[in-house]
Amino acid sequence: MTSVSAGEVMVAQAAREIRDGETVFVGMRLPLIAFVVAKRTHAPSAIGLFELGLMRDRPASELLYTMGDNPNVDAALWCGPMIELMGMLQRGEVQAGFIGGAEIDRHGNLNTTAIGGDRQHPTVALPGSGGGADIASLAHRLIVIMPHDKRRLRERVDFITSPGYGDGGKWRARVGLPRGGPSALITTLGVFRFEDGEAVLDTCHPGVSVERVRENTGWALRVGPGVRETPLPSAEVLRIIREYDPKGFWTRRGE
Amino acid sequence: MSIAIGCALEPAIPFAFAHEVIRQRKRDLTLIGPISDILFDQLIGAGCVAAVEAAWVGNVSAGLGHCYRRALEHGVPRSITVRDHSNFTIAQALLAGAIGAPYLPTKTLLGSDIPRANRTFRESTSPFDGSQVLLVPAIRPDLAVIACQVASVEGAADLAGPSGVSRDAALAASDVIVLAERIGDVDRPLFPPAKVAAVVHEPGACHPSPLFGAYERDHEFFHEYHRATRERAGFDEWAAEWVIGVPDRATYLRKLGARWDALRL
Repeated sequence: MTSVSAGEVMVAQAAREIRDGETVFVGMRLPLIAFVVAKRTHAPSAIGLFELGLMRDRPASELLYTMGDNPNVDAALWCGPMIELMGMLQRGEVQAGFIGGAEIDRHGNLNTTAIGGDRQHPTVALPGSGGGADIASLAHRLIVIMPHDKRRLRERVDFITSPGYGDGGKWRARVGLPRGGPSALITTLGVFRFEDGEAVLDTCHPGVSVERVRENTGWALRVGPGVRETPLPSAEVLRIIREYDPKGFWTRRGE
Repeated sequence: MSIAIGCALEPAIPFAFAHEVIRQRKRDLTLIGPISDILFDQLIGAGCVAAVEAAWVGNVSAGLGHCYRRALEHGVPRSITVRDHSNFTIAQALLAGAIGAPYLPTKTLLGSDIPRANRTFRESTSPFDGSQVLLVPAIRPDLAVIACQVASVEGAADLAGPSGVSRDAALAASDVIVLAERIGDVDRPLFPPAKVAAVVHEPGACHPSPLFGAYERDHEFFHEYHRATRERAGFDEWAAEWVIGVPDRATYLRKLGARWDALRL
């Protein structure tokens, strides 16, 4: 078997975050493949939602580049207006959602809007929220997936597009968010969990030391008791990932 | 003039309409939509746009939108104003517009910087339970442009597959233009035909985005656009080749040649 990419370790971990029977906002890139893995292993009855208006109980038959590709529409459980999918999120009927981000802070707030300068004249203009801020606001659990880089894991982000735990503690309730918050941050180096609204390193990917995570993290790293190694994908999981994305379009990009 | 376009998100994006807008050198447009893939980037790069009210602007499978970045970061080819939304709030703004409500209350984006950057939102409390709510003001576009598989000459449009915010955008708009893959009878249209100012029979109108049941997404085209438009000169060359230098959609499809045939279902 060829070496396992960071992307494949991340997909396998993301799949573990989906529990059987849950309704999940899937999103694109690595989470899309995580949904495929979860459905074919431990979570056969999970339901996937795609914000443009699709609900699926089985993954699309071929690799998707966007959620609107025709294979994602074929044999969908439901194809409705976006407002109704988003309404399910607001009603509290979505247990988990996945998003990525350009920047995250130690309280799990994500920036996908702009870096530097002011909003109308930023140093770097990013694409914006899409549905990310809605998932972060309204899903019961948020799972964040992104490359691990000191410039991306920052003490503070320049713009909170998708709210995590604000400045920690009971911030979400204080600002009126009905539920939710990040439950996991999966990076190219490890996995963080959140305690009192603050990221705590839980596992390091195989071959990655706590020191390396610390050097690449822009905040004072909090390390959980007994940091373990992120489990490698099983042979079965690797087979599913590689069958679905044979050229590694998403899994070899390291995000 | 404000135009809602790309209302189905990644599929059924009316690129043929945007390219004609570029050829006619329309200026000072406000673009409205959740995620219109590279259509917004192209109109911005061509200097047609003054403002964007959107949840996301970029290149969905390839990354950032280079023209959008140049406009915001350097004012090139001109500066634009951004009014940030999320997918849910742009959907609510159009639903409010569709039903004649001044605004809709929501729980999304509380604690996000989006309502602080886009001052059209208001934070308030619910008079019923005292909880915090965000008030999303109605958006009423001057025009909604909807691409679909089949429409009648009377304006009855049937959009199969994901429709995103298409129905509400059409209901909220003053006028609707429909681009149809084919002309035919439609029993249960997505919105009242009386809203429709014009039906255009325009096969292949959505390439490189997909149209369910008609043709697949041309993934590589998005990546080629991404590579070609890193610099302004590159965008100008790209637009000269694929938009300005192409008089109409039929010529565009002939230029695609075998590539287009391979995408058709």
